[in-house]
Amino acid sequence: MSLFNVFNIAGSAMTAQSQRLNTVASNLANADSATSSTGQPYRAKQVVFSAMPLGGSRSGSAGVKVAGVIEDPSPMKRMYDPKHPLADAQGFVTMPNVNVVEEMVNMISASRSYQNNADMMNTAKTLLMKTLTLGQ
Amino acid sequence: MISGIDKEIGFLRDALNLRANRQQMLASNIANADTPNYKARDINFATELQRAQGAQVGNLAMNVTSAGHMKTFAGTQNVQALYRAAVQPSIDGNTVDMDVERAQFTDNAIHYQFLLDSLGSKFKTMQAAIQGQ
Repeated sequence: MSLFNVFNIAGSAMTAQSQRLNTVASNLANADSATSSTGQPYRAKQVVFSAMPLGGSRSGSAGVKVAGVIEDPSPMKRMYDPKHPLADAQGFVTMPNVNVVEEMVNMISASRSYQNNADMMNTAKTLLMKTLTLGQ
Repeated sequence: MISGIDKEIGFLRDALNLRANRQQMLASNIANADTPNYKARDINFATELQRAQGAQVGNLAMNVTSAGHMKTFAGTQNVQALYRAAVQPSIDGNTVDMDVERAQFTDNAIHYQFLLDSLGSKFKTMQAAIQGQ
């Protein structure tokens, strides 16, 4: 019954989107972390989505999985603050490369996608419940 | 008698199966709206329905030793998933247009409900005929 697969598809997408939301939260929370457990400033992280074929390759439908979490390779921000304990000889502090605007956009996009998938699950549930009462 | 009932509801059953199949396909389009390089897919409903009507036995056919044996049904198992033409191509290679997909998803759900209702009323008619009331 292919309608049951809608739950798997929407569920996998919701898992992936909530992981994206987690990553955004981590990036925003650490936007000012000049040091971390590794001794280096925090680097922004991004999730990479990939399509995951479901129900045999012939069915043409696919769920979503998180293929990996990558660290943003863009250069770190440098801030002039000679009084900072982590300042180098020139008085610059290396700060995380988190782009707050980008993260906010990511956050809204992730929550919208999550909502879409929740709606989809609801529709599939209604259809299945009606199917179960067929002929009554 | 069985084949008579089958003839009555066969068309609706095929259409319902295809609608469920399509619902799954549209769901995966919406789910992959943010996946790079994902191409939106859909089926040509009219073509597939015609094919299902013509082909009672597909790849999943069981062996029969007599012509009188009932044939297994596999007409809507192997649908041909096509790729949707992109309206506004995006730079990450994703061709999902959320407005189109959501509209189609709702449209398909309503059609599914309509087919369910039709099938239900067909059963009711048959029941009335059997009971002679």
